Amino acid sequence: MTLTLAFRNLFHDRIRLAVTLVGILFSIVLVAVQLGLYLGARNMITSMIDRADADLWIMAYGTKNFEEAQPINLREKFTALSTPGVASAVPLVTSFTEWRKPQGGSTLVLLIGADAEDGGLSPWNVVEGHVSSLGARDAVIADKSYLSDLGVKGVGDTAQIGAARVRVTALTDGIRSFTVTPYVFTTLNRARSLLDMAPDSATYVLVKLAPGANLEAVRDAIRRKSTDTDVLSKAEFRDRSLNHWLFATGAGIALIGGAILGLVVGTVIVAQTLYSSTKDHLNEFATLRALGSSAGYIHKVILAQAGLSAVLGYALGMAIALTVVELSENTALPIVMTPALATLLLALTVGMCAISALSAIGKVMRIDPAMVFNR
Amino acid sequence: MSADATTGTIAAEQGAAPAAPRVVLEARNIVKVLGEGARRVQALRGVSLTLNAGELTLLMGPSGSGKTTLLSILGCILTPTEGTLTVAGRPTAGLSPEELADLRRRNIGFIFQSYNLFPTLTAEQNVRVALDLRGERGSDAIVRAQRALQRVGLGHRLKSYPSNLSGGEQQRVAVARALVGSPSLMLADEPTAALDSENGIAVMQLLAEIAKDARRAVLAVTHDPRTIPFANRVLRIEDGLIVGEERRTEGVETVHQLARNRKRKANA
Repeated sequence: MTLTLAFRNLFHDRIRLAVTLVGILFSIVLVAVQLGLYLGARNMITSMIDRADADLWIMAYGTKNFEEAQPINLREKFTALSTPGVASAVPLVTSFTEWRKPQGGSTLVLLIGADAEDGGLSPWNVVEGHVSSLGARDAVIADKSYLSDLGVKGVGDTAQIGAARVRVTALTDGIRSFTVTPYVFTTLNRARSLLDMAPDSATYVLVKLAPGANLEAVRDAIRRKSTDTDVLSKAEFRDRSLNHWLFATGAGIALIGGAILGLVVGTVIVAQTLYSSTKDHLNEFATLRALGSSAGYIHKVILAQAGLSAVLGYALGMAIALTVVELSENTALPIVMTPALATLLLALTVGMCAISALSAIGKVMRIDPAMVFNR
Repeated sequence: MSADATTGTIAAEQGAAPAAPRVVLEARNIVKVLGEGARRVQALRGVSLTLNAGELTLLMGPSGSGKTTLLSILGCILTPTEGTLTVAGRPTAGLSPEELADLRRRNIGFIFQSYNLFPTLTAEQNVRVALDLRGERGSDAIVRAQRALQRVGLGHRLKSYPSNLSGGEQQRVAVARALVGSPSLMLADEPTAALDSENGIAVMQLLAEIAKDARRAVLAVTHDPRTIPFANRVLRIEDGLIVGEERRTEGVETVHQLARNRKRKANA
């Protein structure tokens, strides 16, 4: 009966129900978009680090993120290789450079140079052409979502990096950059050449440990030998990059702040509508109290009202949020929806509605049941 | 029984009856002070009474005499400022609001002047609420609610909403709701005030019949003199004191006859 009472109370006033649902829906969509953007940003920030086959990263001292690193000397590779527990050490070159479009104009790209056969970092999600095409002269691989930014139409088109000609030989899908600067993959030596880097330099050395080697011990050993560099585990480098882009720049705080704002607005709207709905049904709650209902029974009715609002609002809100996620798929900053985020949103919605119910419960608990005799 | 007009006390007089009636409610020297400071009012000034099983008692008095306050206290909704109250053998002194709610739920059925039905629930659901509060659910509860409605003559209106019922029918749903939990005490607040003569009589007949149950006492607060013929006992309250008691010797059957006569007259 608690559920029936809650359901009937809720649907008794359709306009108020609509206002409640719009409040929850607005809140869900706002939180889903903000947290989805946050997750999308996290994925983009760490995608290169996650994809690289490396247990340890050696980089210039003070490097804050994957994109903005200074070159280091290739001797770091040999320092690493001479450390017990290291199975391989592979150089990786990255740097921002100018991409000149065939029809004129230019854009900034992040050139990534690595040799696929070394097993360091290769393009993934190749949807047209092959990674092996990088062996061809002037070959580069770009992501199809950046084709218009790069001023090319697809595989076979040419452009220029600096003074050198490059040709798109394959396309990836979904390798997007948090900085909105397109990633362009090529071989290690071609990247050095295009970036005018010395042959004995690299941006990173990717270290793979031998089976059974202790990560901390190997890392500390390399650190002792290579004092001018940072030696970070994959997790440490992820955290450092995330910390820089999301928190040092304030981007993540803005996204999380937006999500919190959504929750606050949703809570206020739901609280207001639940409170006024409860006020309208005050005589009924007083009757329940007079008939001997326990406080728990009345709490259940109000919480069931809040719960029903939450479930309905969540269903509608998620339908809209998923549409927004779908629409954002091919944009520079796609919104990510994961089962974990969907579950979190449901928990947040239920929590929001439960908190909203508190004011209504407080109101009902202050009822004097004797008012039933005064009507 | 006798009434002491000075103190407003009614002493239970068991007399020489072979079997003493079971006392369902006993109130002793109930005082109730409402408001504070300049607004302080002594609504009840030492009321004592007993309600016996198998009796329909009317509590009559003018507006402001303390009828509703007394009903609220006897129903364990308000607590007395002074005095003691025992309901179904359980003293109420020192009970917490939740314990008082439990006492109401298990022992008292309420009938309100404005019926106080849930407008969004059907007649059957309205009755079932009283069982639900006691944790009685499922098909048994549905059957019991339906039987209670059949008993008040509304077996054909189970699925009707209050807005589709007449005032008399709504009050009968309220009676069924009060009755369904088989309480030992039923308290009715002006049960006929919102009803026309015919429906008022029908409801009073119902209450008189319910009061025949030797396990149950019924108290109705009223200022409607049409209800007197249905009562076994009439208590009069003025200025917060019980000032008189009338024990009626007429049987309820006579009263029914009286009602039928009145109806015949009206039809003629």
